[in-house]
Amino acid sequence: MTTPLELVCPAGTPAGLRTAVDAGAHSVYCGFRDETNARNFPGLNFDRAEMREAAAYAHAHDAKIAIALNTFMRAGATDLWKRGVDDAVAAGADALIMADVGLVDYARKAHPKQRLHLSVQAAAATPEAIAFYRDHFGIARVVLPRVLTVEEVSRLTAHAAPCETEVFVFGGLCVMAEGRCMLSSYATGKSPNMTGVCSPPSHVTYREDRDALVACVGGFTIERFERGEPAGYPTLCKGRFLADGAMSHLFEDPVSLNAVALLPRLAEIGVTAFKIEGRQRGRAYISSVVRAFRKAIDAMAAGKKFDIDELRGLTEGQRDTVGAYKKTWR
Amino acid sequence: MTQRLSLTLGSVLFNWPVKQWVDFYARIADEAPVDRVCLGEVVCSKRKPFVDDVTLEVVDRLERGGKEVVYSTLALPTGKREIRDIGDMIQAGYQIEANDIATVHLLNGKAHSVGPFINIYNEDTLALHLKLGATRICLPPELPLESIRTMAQGNAAVEVFAFGRPPLALSARCYSARAKGTAKDACQFVCDRDRDGMNVETLDGVPFLAVNGTQTLGFVVTAVVRHVEALRDAGVVSLRLSPQTCDMVRVARIFRDLADGSTTPQEASESLSVLHLPGPLSDGFLRGVPGCSVTEVD
Repeated sequence: MTTPLELVCPAGTPAGLRTAVDAGAHSVYCGFRDETNARNFPGLNFDRAEMREAAAYAHAHDAKIAIALNTFMRAGATDLWKRGVDDAVAAGADALIMADVGLVDYARKAHPKQRLHLSVQAAAATPEAIAFYRDHFGIARVVLPRVLTVEEVSRLTAHAAPCETEVFVFGGLCVMAEGRCMLSSYATGKSPNMTGVCSPPSHVTYREDRDALVACVGGFTIERFERGEPAGYPTLCKGRFLADGAMSHLFEDPVSLNAVALLPRLAEIGVTAFKIEGRQRGRAYISSVVRAFRKAIDAMAAGKKFDIDELRGLTEGQRDTVGAYKKTWR
Repeated sequence: MTQRLSLTLGSVLFNWPVKQWVDFYARIADEAPVDRVCLGEVVCSKRKPFVDDVTLEVVDRLERGGKEVVYSTLALPTGKREIRDIGDMIQAGYQIEANDIATVHLLNGKAHSVGPFINIYNEDTLALHLKLGATRICLPPELPLESIRTMAQGNAAVEVFAFGRPPLALSARCYSARAKGTAKDACQFVCDRDRDGMNVETLDGVPFLAVNGTQTLGFVVTAVVRHVEALRDAGVVSLRLSPQTCDMVRVARIFRDLADGSTTPQEASESLSVLHLPGPLSDGFLRGVPGCSVTEVD
């Protein structure tokens, strides 16, 4: 018997969580309001009471809740992360999502029965890396980094058992191996690994230059939008740069991931869970994306075809890509 | 009595022609006051066959020069063959520097070093890696001195990234190839044109990053010159010098003198800055400010 496919959806706020659950999420993921999680943005995340209520809401609607503690513990302050683990377990988390092997070790010892997932921030990209976390700490599921081709995902999934695999299928796209990128730290002093932010709004400035809007991160000019051109958020790895005498989006175009066309193939190779990125997204977006993906997954489970175009329309006019899933991306 | 700070030469991260690579290590073997030398392709397995043919010869030369030789492994292995190659080097009995958790798993408790590409940010994770067999651990370059102080005490295992362009990110995609309008599979090894990395500037021409195939580094050159004493006091046992095309023998001598107290940080900074460095000296990460920050002159 095969495990039913799971749709894993972002919940940036208590209201966002209810929206995702109501729209059909099989599970939601969220974090505490501090630097223990990799979406440490103002106005996002949950305090302790909100987390308990969120877990109760999810459980009352047959959904699961995973709590992300996926930054790397600060030396001399590891208690903040360990307390996060304890409180997440107490709140009723079905799974904890972690990247720091020291924290994984703590969680396993302090809560032997707790289900643990390995965050994408740990970038476990080989059967051996997955075996390390599975064999030492009983990791039950690994969220795969977005640097792998479908063939590699297939091989990993086969080797990972009984550990399940979860892959990103929609939303923002890191072009660097996750959890191993210090571009933001280099430009702003704030990093995904240490502070849970990337290219943070506090370090973004805009200025008018002739007929254009110029965007800077940490004082570095990385994008220029001509009048009338939609101005996307300036993320360092999606900026425009000068190299080798030419100006280009050297690392990646301002695109987002859309692997909807690959869903049947990913299901066929044994991937357990499909993840949607976007804890910072608004409720209307979450609602429509979750609904559309749930419909597709239900159709697949029933052996029916689903309408890919409906999901294509969700990228809000942004260009999309299947990213590293296709080998030519490299 | 405080311990003598040792010097480690990191692996050459860039795609240098084989002859330059061999000559570089020969000179290191004969003239550089470094204790340990790491070698091996860390960034891109496509480059590996070129140096494989001469690795034995280079290892032999370094050992005759009295250096401890460490084989540094790929930082982002994904393919089956890449993993098999790492396993082969372990089997062959080399001292291994692991740059990815997969390699730690393959080592299965055997004594090894950990390179700057494994995420060790705190004392708990460091202790866990020591338990797994690590005897030397080079910390990630973004860690501030404050964290290093908490982590280095009492284990005689911590190494700090002390010189060279700071490695910032790894990807499956090759940006050297992309900049030339091609993809990784058809790369033609264009990364060999930029031996300190390809400079990347902002839209207004401010130097920002450097690209080395699938790796991104800072434009600046990390140099912890003014913090050597603080690092030793913190319990750090080794400084890592990451090869650039400048005179690395001279760089090693400057850091040796600094570690021995026979030169001042100011003299050392001056000596470094007259070398042909690819960027300005920086100690931003160590000071806990943006890593691009250049060293403030007294």
